[in-house]
Amino acid sequence: MSAPAPTAAAPRSSAFGRATRSGGLALGVLIVVASIAAAVAAPWIAPFDPNAQDVLLVLSPPDTVHPLGTDAFGRDVLSRILWGARISLYVGFVATLAGVVIGTVIGVVSGYYGGLVDRLVVAATDVLLSFPQLIMGLLLVAVLGASLTNLIIAIAVTAVPAFIRMARGSTMAMRERDFVDACRALGYSDMRIMFLHVLPNILDELVVMASLWLATAIRTESTLAFIGLSVPPPTSTWGGIVREGFDNLLDAPWMSIFPSLAILAVMIGLNLIGDGLRDATDPRSPQ
Amino acid sequence: MTAALRDDFIPDAEPPALVVDELTTQIRVGRTWYDAVRGISFAVRPRETLALVGESGCGKSLTALSVMGLLPAGVGRVSGGRIVVDGVDMTAADEPTRESMRGDRIGMIFQEPMTSLNPVLPIGFQVAESLIQHRGLSKKAALNRARELLELVRVPAAASRLDAYPHQFSGGMRQRVMIALALACDPKVLIADEPTTALDVTIQAQVLALMADVQKREGLALLLITHNLGVVASVADRVMVMYGGDVVESGPVRAFFARPSHPYSEALLAAMPRIDGDTPLQPIAGQVPTLTQMPTGCRFATRCALRHDRCAELPPLTPVGDDPNHLVRCWARMSP
Amino acid sequence: MLRFVIKRLILAIPTLWAVLTTVFVLVRVVPGDPTIAILGDQASEGARAELRDKLGLSKPILAQYVDFMSQILTGDLGRSLSTNRPIADDVLAVLPYTIELTLAALVVGTVLGVPLGVLAAKNRNGFADWFARIFSLAGVSFPAFVSGILLLLVFAVELRWFPVISSANAADPVERLRALVLPALNLGLLMVAYVTRVTRSGMLKALSEDYVRTARAKGLPYRTVVWRHAFRNVLVPIVTVVGLYLGVLIGNAVLTEIVFNRPGIGKLIVTALNQRDYSLLQGLMVVSAFAIVLANILTDLTYGLVDPRVKTQ
Repeated sequence: MSAPAPTAAAPRSSAFGRATRSGGLALGVLIVVASIAAAVAAPWIAPFDPNAQDVLLVLSPPDTVHPLGTDAFGRDVLSRILWGARISLYVGFVATLAGVVIGTVIGVVSGYYGGLVDRLVVAATDVLLSFPQLIMGLLLVAVLGASLTNLIIAIAVTAVPAFIRMARGSTMAMRERDFVDACRALGYSDMRIMFLHVLPNILDELVVMASLWLATAIRTESTLAFIGLSVPPPTSTWGGIVREGFDNLLDAPWMSIFPSLAILAVMIGLNLIGDGLRDATDPRSPQ
Repeated sequence: MTAALRDDFIPDAEPPALVVDELTTQIRVGRTWYDAVRGISFAVRPRETLALVGESGCGKSLTALSVMGLLPAGVGRVSGGRIVVDGVDMTAADEPTRESMRGDRIGMIFQEPMTSLNPVLPIGFQVAESLIQHRGLSKKAALNRARELLELVRVPAAASRLDAYPHQFSGGMRQRVMIALALACDPKVLIADEPTTALDVTIQAQVLALMADVQKREGLALLLITHNLGVVASVADRVMVMYGGDVVESGPVRAFFARPSHPYSEALLAAMPRIDGDTPLQPIAGQVPTLTQMPTGCRFATRCALRHDRCAELPPLTPVGDDPNHLVRCWARMSP
Repeated sequence: MLRFVIKRLILAIPTLWAVLTTVFVLVRVVPGDPTIAILGDQASEGARAELRDKLGLSKPILAQYVDFMSQILTGDLGRSLSTNRPIADDVLAVLPYTIELTLAALVVGTVLGVPLGVLAAKNRNGFADWFARIFSLAGVSFPAFVSGILLLLVFAVELRWFPVISSANAADPVERLRALVLPALNLGLLMVAYVTRVTRSGMLKALSEDYVRTARAKGLPYRTVVWRHAFRNVLVPIVTVVGLYLGVLIGNAVLTEIVFNRPGIGKLIVTALNQRDYSLLQGLMVVSAFAIVLANILTDLTYGLVDPRVKTQ
């Protein structure tokens, strides 16, 4: 060996880079927490009943009474966005949680035992992953029928294969390590090894991926709602409010713009959190 | 250039193709720049082989990269001294001039043949590229010349392998391609950084013999960087031992092996396995201090059995023994 | 190369079979009665039985499967429930618009994304890098319909640079191109994020490789080193991400078509959903399945072009 030739890409200690990234994480948390707080507090902070129509005040531009204007039925857009947040965020969180739990359990068990079942799981996962997430969700909701539960099921199902693949891969890697053998030697049951020893070790990765999938889930819900697959009226999720406004886009753009911005803000917040967590947990992060 | 010319041992020879004069190269650790090569000087004449020897981190590869002008930006820099290649002062030159020198009048062979060739470009083109760049040859003419070069380095069926990719070649064959690539424009100076270290032992000898053969035939000045004293003994004319960025001993190969004078050189030789050896191998005690913890005087002092108070001050290179070109940097070994 | 192509096409057959089977299974085996989904839960049992016959749902599941597969093999996607027209005809009529849009988006995404990624890698932590990071964040955050609506409002409604009512099927090629610009930008800009990310990290890795040092030792100008030596090696990950992104692109194309009121598969999907046209929807899913498999094949064939190690192994 000769003198180590430092590579051209040797990390420049970028305090600026690190600061902006941890700043990004903080900003993301702020946005997401504020959104959740607004959704939870909607019954108290929404100025109007979200479904109360006012035929005398249809398509009214933003003013002091209706800060974000009114829609084609004279309903207050701000109140609709605040109430819509409850469903949009709820669907996103519950669907992601379900997808994470189901996918992780299948992935860990499949990766831990291996064998024929594992091979089938892998094959099924590959096929499901080859479908674009949106197309898959669309097909499922269309077949199941649009309702709150079915939306959650459909979005959860689209998340499952990704988590199976991740959990399975990590579990197989863990199995290679000695401590699983040590646990076996101590006579621990498979269940105990899988969920008390393997699972905590893949938790980091799981949390990062879940935060990014939360963004995907909320986006999928809003997209499906925009296409017309959402909870039945008069309640609307964010994507549904955008859709309601879309017919009047030229006359009353505020109806679409404000819910769009709400979706965008939460997307940015969740992605900042996901990227920030990934940087924090993965020293080999490409950043 | 006075310091460099002290090394001369062939009177009335051709002027040196490569002169390095008081070169200092620094490496950045955190926000501080540390001297990783401290004012080293040497000259290499056409047809001559100078071996640069030392452990990992002694500065020999940095010296090579400094000469090539390939120190990684922001991490390494030449902070003093001069490098003259074929009459052109590389340290004073601008980047376009240095570019026009690299690959044309000075070539380099790297240690890792497996990763030093571009995996997605054909072998022939990689050899021909510098001819197109520096000689303005057409692609066809350059490829034709590439075939001749591959034949020169004895790549079998060279004509049919111009279109082959690196992954279709063995390690030894790739290193031959690297040699052909470095020789493409008939450079005056060739730097070989551990050219055989990554190869199988049987292939090592072949590649070394080939390099020595081509060097003599083309009249190259060869700067050979190695940690292998066996290689030095078989191909080099002169040797320079580096430790911690300093030259600690230099001289003609014969004189050096006859009377290794620096304690570090002795230790290196004692650590080298010998076929006839009755004496057990002696590893060198301790480790090379890191760049940030280098002693100010003699840098070998921390590991040296002959250490005394004066070693806090850097000894000068002074003649030792019978050969006036045999120099050593050690207070204990200076001729009285 | 021909052998490589044939081999890849044969390999695609099981994938295609699996993907088509998935469509079949999802549509049939999902709990719930599709006739209720179509007719609503107020429908009479007689009407539902009639619809079941019409859809072929009263046959045994295996017979349905054989029918489904044999129809697809003959290029028949069945007839639309709402219009009774052959679905294949309806799809073929609008498919060129979707293909045109998708290809234009691919061009925008690659032509903007690749140089931005290279620039970001060359000037690490510099302005281009910062810009690339913002783009990345926006690209993964914007739902396609949100970005589409914003583009439409800014460039068509406010600035009036482009027509609000697009005439994508205009005979005049200039008019047709004008109608394509905003939708293609919408899809392409979102894609830039992914292309830039992978290009940047690929270039950072490639620029530190030994072969780049060799190229510099040859005295090549830095531009040549960057593009010919480093960038060529980054083509493989770029092709991978573009191939993977094609799936997202198809989904986003649907939304973009709706926002910009373009004819295409997207509007057909909305029609199918609004009319509860179950067989049209199934046909569209089959088309998407084909598109995905085709995209995978093209990705693999492109590997053969950009990486000599693939076809000579």
